[in-house]
Amino acid sequence: MKDVLGLGTFAEQVAERIRAWGVVGTAPRAAAAALVVFAIVYVLVITKPAGEFGGGDWRTTNFGSAIHDPGSFARVLLDAVTFAALLFIVASGFSLIFGLMRVVNMAHGSFYLLGGYIAYEIQQSLNPEGQGFSLQPFQVSTWEWVAPLLVAVGFIAMFGLGVQQLLLRWNQGQDLRQALITIAVSVIVADQVIAHFPRHVPAGSPKAGGNAVSIAWPGWTDRFVDLKLFGVEYSLARLVMLALGIAVGLALYLWLYRTRTGMVIRAGVDDRQMTSALGVNIQAFFAIAFVVGASLAAFGAVVGTSQGNVAQLQDGQWLLYSLVVVIVGGMGSLLGAAVGSLLYGIVFMFSASYLPTTGNECCTQYSIVFTFALLALVLAFRPQGLFGRAA
Amino acid sequence: MTKLEPKQTIERLIGAGVLVVAVFAPLLFNAFWLDAILTQTLIFGMGAASLIMLSAYGGMISLAQTGLMGIAGYAVGNMVSQGGAGGESKGLALGLDPTKALVLAIVITTLIAFVFGAVASRSYGIYFLMLTLTFGVIANLFFGSVTKLGGFSPIAGIDRHTPGFVGDVVNDRQRLYYIALICALVAYALIRYLVRTPFGLSLQGVRDEPLRMASLGYTVPLHRMLAFTFAGFIAAVAGVLGAWWNGQISPSDLGLVATINLLVMAVIGGLVRIEGAWLGAFAFIVINNEVTNRIPSDGLWVVGGTFNTVVGLIFLAIVIVSPDGLMGVWERLWSMRGRRGGPSAGTGDVQQPVTEASL
Repeated sequence: MKDVLGLGTFAEQVAERIRAWGVVGTAPRAAAAALVVFAIVYVLVITKPAGEFGGGDWRTTNFGSAIHDPGSFARVLLDAVTFAALLFIVASGFSLIFGLMRVVNMAHGSFYLLGGYIAYEIQQSLNPEGQGFSLQPFQVSTWEWVAPLLVAVGFIAMFGLGVQQLLLRWNQGQDLRQALITIAVSVIVADQVIAHFPRHVPAGSPKAGGNAVSIAWPGWTDRFVDLKLFGVEYSLARLVMLALGIAVGLALYLWLYRTRTGMVIRAGVDDRQMTSALGVNIQAFFAIAFVVGASLAAFGAVVGTSQGNVAQLQDGQWLLYSLVVVIVGGMGSLLGAAVGSLLYGIVFMFSASYLPTTGNECCTQYSIVFTFALLALVLAFRPQGLFGRAA
Repeated sequence: MTKLEPKQTIERLIGAGVLVVAVFAPLLFNAFWLDAILTQTLIFGMGAASLIMLSAYGGMISLAQTGLMGIAGYAVGNMVSQGGAGGESKGLALGLDPTKALVLAIVITTLIAFVFGAVASRSYGIYFLMLTLTFGVIANLFFGSVTKLGGFSPIAGIDRHTPGFVGDVVNDRQRLYYIALICALVAYALIRYLVRTPFGLSLQGVRDEPLRMASLGYTVPLHRMLAFTFAGFIAAVAGVLGAWWNGQISPSDLGLVATINLLVMAVIGGLVRIEGAWLGAFAFIVINNEVTNRIPSDGLWVVGGTFNTVVGLIFLAIVIVSPDGLMGVWERLWSMRGRRGGPSAGTGDVQQPVTEASL
């Protein structure tokens, strides 16, 4: 074969040159470390709030530095941590399914979407004041929040079980094929959700598929708590969200590390064939893991829909969140999902609040770039994620 | 000249037939078919070809190709659109010379593909798929949120500013068809050439045995990175053509739905052979057109919903029945014939179906 372009040899020479300089080892590490340090110092010290007459330069942000305005800093940090709790609830399910079954469930976001809408419908039909309008927390009792949660989680668990048994059971080990199958499921579910939800609409208004709807937290969460910290008063609902995230994390930990089922699942993660050869009915455990993973998507959806709303296209958004969390944290690792959620929550919230605000079109709208930066930073040094094992 | 296998002979005859039909298409098809079906097929076929090239020869299923197409579209849109009275209201409206903008858009997109490739080059299999999907979604959200570069609503009027050698594509759609045809043919030839170069051969080695190739002294991530960059170049050209064809670019052009649509095209065609890209794109676009025309305005029969439900079901059926798509069906027919005592199929061809390896 004639090497007309000389591309083959050329590539090798370039690679050899780069290796000889030792660039690969040190320069990117130094640059990455410098960037991270700069970002932290910027938030803590450098930035300052806008002057009285607007305007500003690269140092101008909404709140100013942490030293200048510790209250706002603490609030953004709390936002980040509570958002991370929600991320964790959703992404841990995604990670669990992958860890045991090597199935990348691309329909995870669709489970979220469907779960959110189902919870909305249940809450609307339980509460006589619903009638298709958004409920307010003071109208909602604890039961009217828990019942939609149970129904949504139960339904999505069954739906997930159906998907797993019908579509994923017979082609184990073909991970790309399974990913494509779940992509197909997500396309169908997304379209069907738009076609049929929301069903409760205000009387007289047309059914507009996929509209944003929300459910309400129970009334007792609808107040602000004085944290006795830089005068921060913080939403109790968001603190409940944090508590739920921690509870899910603890429950998963106890389940995976303190019960027999969890022990078998961890063994299955490590060596599926060996576990199966020891006489364990691994298929039953696959089904359990898938049910739990799908339930977590629905659980997260109910929490997310209470805090914000659910609308079409959020399936893609939550799939992205889950992907980022587990790519950063490492697939199939509970600790990885927690750390990934925390990192992503922090990057997400701080890039939205602590980018310079000079003029109308700068710069908080660029915050999505930081998601990419986080991915690139982690993957440059750990291709398998922070707590992932080599594939 | 080596003697051709009967399969190769038939494939060449079919290829020649398709080429003749493609060249004389303006005489054979009406204006709607030429513009809405065939031109679109050629353009999205190029995007799908970049995906299939990475999959068939690099073992990488990239879901970032739609994002890269969109980035190219946005780049050209931002550079050619003109502000001021009578101009476009969206984007940077730099008002650059269209030829310069064309070159710059392709260069920028290829560079971004290089960065994407550098980040993803050490991820394999399903990780690679997830990571590139993330890139695509990030690109989508980026253009959706950065109002300076476009924002939520589309940048329009891109097709009004084309380079001189391209000419007027707003009124002369036949011209755009031939431009797309030439680009598609060049892309096809380029990919076929590249995979036969030493680089292409070692890329296939990297696909099959990354560890062994690394121990032979090949830099595995570099090969994958360069292959991704090249595919990014093809996607960039397709993206610019797409922006001309559509006349506008909006965030949904690189959204999750668009990403999945391109993947569906590639999967319908089959992730194993380049030709499948245009076959898959054609099948997808025709089905899209036919089904959309027949769906009642209040949704599908029985289940409700739109074209996407049908797409999802077709996609599901293909992945379940024939993961190698239509090209896979074709290959399988020949291997069945071979097993019945005919001449063995597939020998002397560098291409190798990756059915089990990739799916």
